[in-house]
Amino acid sequence: MIKAEWFYWLVGLSFLVMAAQMVTDRSNPKRFGTAGFWGLIGAGFIYSSWVVTGQAPAEPLGAAVLVMAALAGFGCTGRGTPRTTTPQQRAAGAARLGDRLFVPALTIPVVAMVCAVGVKHLSFGGEPVLQEGSETILGLGLGAIAALAIGMIMLREKRVSVPVQSGRSLLEAMGWAMLLPQMLATLGTIFQVSGVGAQVGRLATSVLPKDSVYVAVVVYCVGMFLFTTVMGNAFAAFPVMTAAVGWPVLIGHFHGNPAAVLALGMLAGFCGTLVTPMAANFNLVPAALLELKDRYGPIKAQLPTAGVLLGCNIALMSLFAF
Amino acid sequence: MIVLLGVLVVVLGFATRRNPLLVVAVAGIATGFLGGLSPGKVLAAFGTGFAGSRAVTIFAITLPVIGLLERYGLQEQARNVIARFSKLTTGRFLTLYLGLRQIGAAVGLTNVFGPAQTVRPLAVPMAEGAAERTYGGLPERTREKVRSFAASADNVGLFFGEDVFLAVGSILLITGFVNTTYGTHLEPLDLAMWAIPTAVCAFVVHGWRLLRLDRHLERELLTANAATAEVEAAQ
Repeated sequence: MIKAEWFYWLVGLSFLVMAAQMVTDRSNPKRFGTAGFWGLIGAGFIYSSWVVTGQAPAEPLGAAVLVMAALAGFGCTGRGTPRTTTPQQRAAGAARLGDRLFVPALTIPVVAMVCAVGVKHLSFGGEPVLQEGSETILGLGLGAIAALAIGMIMLREKRVSVPVQSGRSLLEAMGWAMLLPQMLATLGTIFQVSGVGAQVGRLATSVLPKDSVYVAVVVYCVGMFLFTTVMGNAFAAFPVMTAAVGWPVLIGHFHGNPAAVLALGMLAGFCGTLVTPMAANFNLVPAALLELKDRYGPIKAQLPTAGVLLGCNIALMSLFAF
Repeated sequence: MIVLLGVLVVVLGFATRRNPLLVVAVAGIATGFLGGLSPGKVLAAFGTGFAGSRAVTIFAITLPVIGLLERYGLQEQARNVIARFSKLTTGRFLTLYLGLRQIGAAVGLTNVFGPAQTVRPLAVPMAEGAAERTYGGLPERTREKVRSFAASADNVGLFFGEDVFLAVGSILLITGFVNTTYGTHLEPLDLAMWAIPTAVCAFVVHGWRLLRLDRHLERELLTANAATAEVEAAQ
């Protein structure tokens, strides 16, 4: 069985190799801090396997995570001059290779699709080929490896260090934004165990009038929206808002259609995901990946759509759920 | 109420544009202590949080091959391809991408598209190429705008497509939560059906805004180009 952990080790290992390259990169004025940051992430990726199974203590990893945050937060990381090709060489490459360049690039989505649809159902010797529940990330990982193999053969590139160098440039360009989604996931957990959710739920109930169904709909949807912008994730907001308003008031008291109320409530939360830097993997990581100067660029592009769609969800729920 | 201070730390930190990693670390530590966790528990929370959320970083596995192909001119070739379709403007191309992303997510293919695997190597150079074909070079500000909208098409398509699929995390979260908490029996299919009207709204609203991007580009770039031409004429 192909396991998700293998790919985490592969990612961890490539971060470690890239960190080793970073130490020797004299074009980066902050090479030691940068290498330390990525080296710790790489080591953390591998060590995490034993934390997940409970065989290793989580505290050292937590301390390492705080060191990573400090390294990046106090400006100890930087980037070197990327060793890449000139625009002329790229244009020449495009002219020479033409549409063949798309073959490896499209291999990633095609393999991911085949894994999600087909390989998912295959089993070998009574065991599924792909670890259950992780088929999509396994597809992405397998797709990336297949694409790299095809690419290297097609481009007659024999040195493995070349793709590693290219990947490292992209990684350095993204910098700390890469770690933020994982940090935020942690914050969500801490919020949950410290009772932040329960408090927000109490606040929402306290502003809720018991006589108007429309006001209750607005409180539920806007609550989902706001709570999601704070937590960065509609999944964290949903149980709290539903326990506070959705179930007892909209479904219990006003006899709303449960499927409509809950589905539209969740989608109101998704509108919040579109506008919050807390949803770093959707909003800040792409900004870093696309090398935007304004890291809130995608949020600004999404803000009006999110506002209108929040209104749509409120309207749909008011009109059709009761 | 005092645990909500952590939320305040986050809001203030982001508003004053401090480094987000620091903001989140400080907010996490503060909330943990205010919520009565011991220092060891807070550290363990950061550790288990990191270990449990590695899936969001797995896209890094695609970076070496994307970087390799970019060395050999993948983005340039994406621009060349879009130049062959003269009807496909930036806005129309991004609307098409939005639709594909939504349909893909609605049939469960959420990881087939994404910022690392499709937006950076393919969608952005194509969207920029379409504008460059009509207007020539793009100023920095316009380039940022086109890229931001490409990222937004990916997100909107994903968020408002995936809930139409039955086996997606959010649908399973809803059924799992209410069926165990309230002892009801909600079917994933009913929830997915109710995601369709919003999915349609999302395509119409965001698609319309993407199409309007064309008009914005036209206005911005024609005046920018006219200004350059005047300067050149004066010289």
